[in-house]
Amino acid sequence: MDALVPILLGLFVLAAGATALALRNPVHTALCLVPTWVGLAAIYSWAGAEFVAFAQVLVYVGAVSIVVLFAVLLTRLDGAVERERASPRWRRRALIGVLVAAGVGGVLAYSILNTELTPVNRAMPPETGVRELGERLVGTDVVALLAVGVLLTVALLGGVVVAAREGREDGA
Amino acid sequence: MTPLEICLLVSAGLFAVGLTAALTRSSAILVLLGIELMLNAANLNFIAFWRYGPERGGPEGLVFVLFAVAIAAAEAAVGLALVIAVYRHQRNIRVEEARRLKG
Repeated sequence: MDALVPILLGLFVLAAGATALALRNPVHTALCLVPTWVGLAAIYSWAGAEFVAFAQVLVYVGAVSIVVLFAVLLTRLDGAVERERASPRWRRRALIGVLVAAGVGGVLAYSILNTELTPVNRAMPPETGVRELGERLVGTDVVALLAVGVLLTVALLGGVVVAAREGREDGA
Repeated sequence: MTPLEICLLVSAGLFAVGLTAALTRSSAILVLLGIELMLNAANLNFIAFWRYGPERGGPEGLVFVLFAVAIAAAEAAVGLALVIAVYRHQRNIRVEEARRLKG
């Protein structure tokens, strides 16, 4: 009974993710990934990691999906993917990719099922509230937090520079 | 099956789905989304071991996931900017045709 919730949520996440990445229209893919990320946030929330679940919803459902939608709308493919699907080269590549991914997934599942895991089946999640998490982030992990802040700033500036290069060249 | 095993199996399945997308799709945006799903699978493992792991420790798993989410956001921003830059040059975003690094 304890395992029913993660099984259902996991099946939902896998089905939504596989559907999203099998769709032909990239707009549909971006929209269909939203339930995948919401389902993952539900799993985190079920596991007792509420703060991470909120972060997942904010960052993925809120920000990444919108950025992806913008990128999709700025780079319309105009049926190029449809034409490509018929070619035998694409079929061979798809077959090899599916085989490799199925092999990796099979090896992972095999090793998980054959490993002697000793889970502590505690009824309650470890008591780590937001307060403890915050004290940890600005305490022992403050260097990593600052590094992530610098990384995000650099990534933002780099994204602007890369995406706006054309205009600057025109001006020069 | 214990909940830990279920979480790990879901994570392995999600990783395989992301890897399939990253290897087979030709649109660069879908390749990036496959990589995002693989990062999500790793995050799910962190959460599962934080919740059910044998060590009664602090919030290391949660901190790791928060940093991974931040880095995934940065990766998505830079990757999609690169996709837009590639589209400017060759008018499509198929990864097979993006062979030149020079603009």
